[in-house]
Order: sequence, then structure tokens, then C-alpha cells
Amino acid sequence: MTKITFPVEASHIMMFARAVGETNPVYLDADKAKRGETDGIIAPPTFPQSVAQFDPEYHLRPKPGQKWFGSAKTPSGVEGKPASSGGLHAEQHFEYHRHLRPGDVLSVEIKPGKTWEKESKRAGKLLFSERITEYRDQHGELVVTARSVAVKTERPVDAG
Amino acid sequence: MSLKASHLKVGDTHAERVVENLSRTQLVQYAGASGDYNPLHTDEVYTTQVAGYPTVFAHGMLSMGLTAKMITNFVGDGRLTKYGVRFTNQVWPGDSLDATATVAALREEGGKHYVDLTVSTTNQDGKEVISGSATARIDP
Repeated sequence: MTKITFPVEASHIMMFARAVGETNPVYLDADKAKRGETDGIIAPPTFPQSVAQFDPEYHLRPKPGQKWFGSAKTPSGVEGKPASSGGLHAEQHFEYHRHLRPGDVLSVEIKPGKTWEKESKRAGKLLFSERITEYRDQHGELVVTARSVAVKTERPVDAG
Repeated sequence: MSLKASHLKVGDTHAERVVENLSRTQLVQYAGASGDYNPLHTDEVYTTQVAGYPTVFAHGMLSMGLTAKMITNFVGDGRLTKYGVRFTNQVWPGDSLDATATVAALREEGGKHYVDLTVSTTNQDGKEVISGSATARIDP
């Protein structure tokens, strides 16, 4: 189980909203958002996943002094070892008790869930694993619950 | 601003094109904002030569985020109570995605009104890339 502190900031919400092509002022413009139904900026629905920024151990971020499996001088920085991305994302589910706002300081707990296997014609044997993430605010209230399912495939999923 | 239960019926739909000709740069932008730097999404050399894919491809969470834009434009700001998806096919650079929400049910619970939506996003070839559902609190 991992515990992470996730401070929610307006500039991070802005960058995230831009990255998903949002132009809605409720994510981008404090004055307009203040005049709307939400009484201020809120985070877009899939923003909670960017808790990854605050996970010191997150395996999909290069870290100083550690080998990275992406390309540099050679196609992978860990040549000779199986280069694993930790699998593909199969499912993602969010439950919102309220929407996140700049100024929230979340305590986030990530717990492993179920695992299971399946055969697939497109990618061979599939190994599924579930992860439950609970986001609590500065008052200890559960604000968002997320469930994600990752899948490791025997071979790459073809484009067809 | 928000949806009214009295103006909706089961089977109503709302659709939007949520991205046109998806660029590799947008994948870089999403990696930076989300913190997911998996090279499968941004590193062409690694992805083609080591991982064995034809090119880099979008984060599932980017497709989910693009689809969310269509849902919140439909139901209003801060109204979503649930949103879940399955990533049914990969999304590649150059893809254009159309996202559709269909009213599956209208419910009243504890004096509050909710709409249940089925959600589907397809690429320019009509192939489904996201299949999901969402629930939002709406006005009476």
C-alpha cells in the first residue's frame, strides 16, 4: 500500500485541462469559474490520475541516477533485461463524492485489488491486475475513489 | 446551464468530435501534465524497436479525458458522480475521435435527480476505442 500527499494546484489543473483539449473556463479561468455554478475552479474528471506526479516511487517517470527503459544512445536504456512498461491500461473507473479544487491537499492511498488471467487471440495470455485508489481531503472526507485495471500482454497488441 | 430531467428521455444522445488528427505533441503534453512518462506514448525509437509497436500511441487516460469533455459539456460543470471506461482499442497519432453519450436511465434517489449515460468513443474508421458509462446529478 502506498500513501501519497497530493496538493491540488490551479496551474496543474490548467496544464492538465490544456492537455485534454479543454477550453471550459471552469478549469482555466478563476474569475469566470467563480461566477458559475461551481463557485470557482474545479479539476477535470480524469485529473485525479495525475497523483502520479506526487508518487516518489512512480515507475513511469525517469529519476536522476537511475537507468530508464526508454531510448537514448540505444533503443532502450536497460538493454538485455526485459523492458517492461508495467502493462497497458484496460479499465478506469471513478466515483466522485465531490470535485477537486485548487487548495485541496489530498491524502491518497493506493491498494492492490484482484488479479486474474484470460486468453486473447490478439495478444496471447493476458494477466489483469486491479488497483484501488482512495482520495481523502484535508478534512479526512473521501472525495474520489478510483479503480483501475492494468493488463500485461504476452506480445504487443497489433494495430489491426 | 445544467441538464433538466424533465427535458430528457431515454435514448437521447449528445455527440462531439473530441480530437481531430491527434498529434504526437499532444501525447507529450499529456505525459507532462499527468506525470505518466511511459515511453510507449512519446518515444518512437523505444516503441518501434524495443516494444514492437508500429508507432507511439495515446495514453488510455488521454482518450478518457478527451471523452470526459463531451460528457461534462452535456451534463454541466461539477455534476458527474461516476465515470468509468474500458479501453477497447488503441488510439494512434492522426486519429480523430467522436464521443457519444446516450441516456440509459433517469432516476430519482433521495430527492435528487440523476441521469445514467452509456458512453462510446470511436475513431475515424468507426472502431470503438472507449466503451463506458457515467452518472450525473441533474436538475428536476
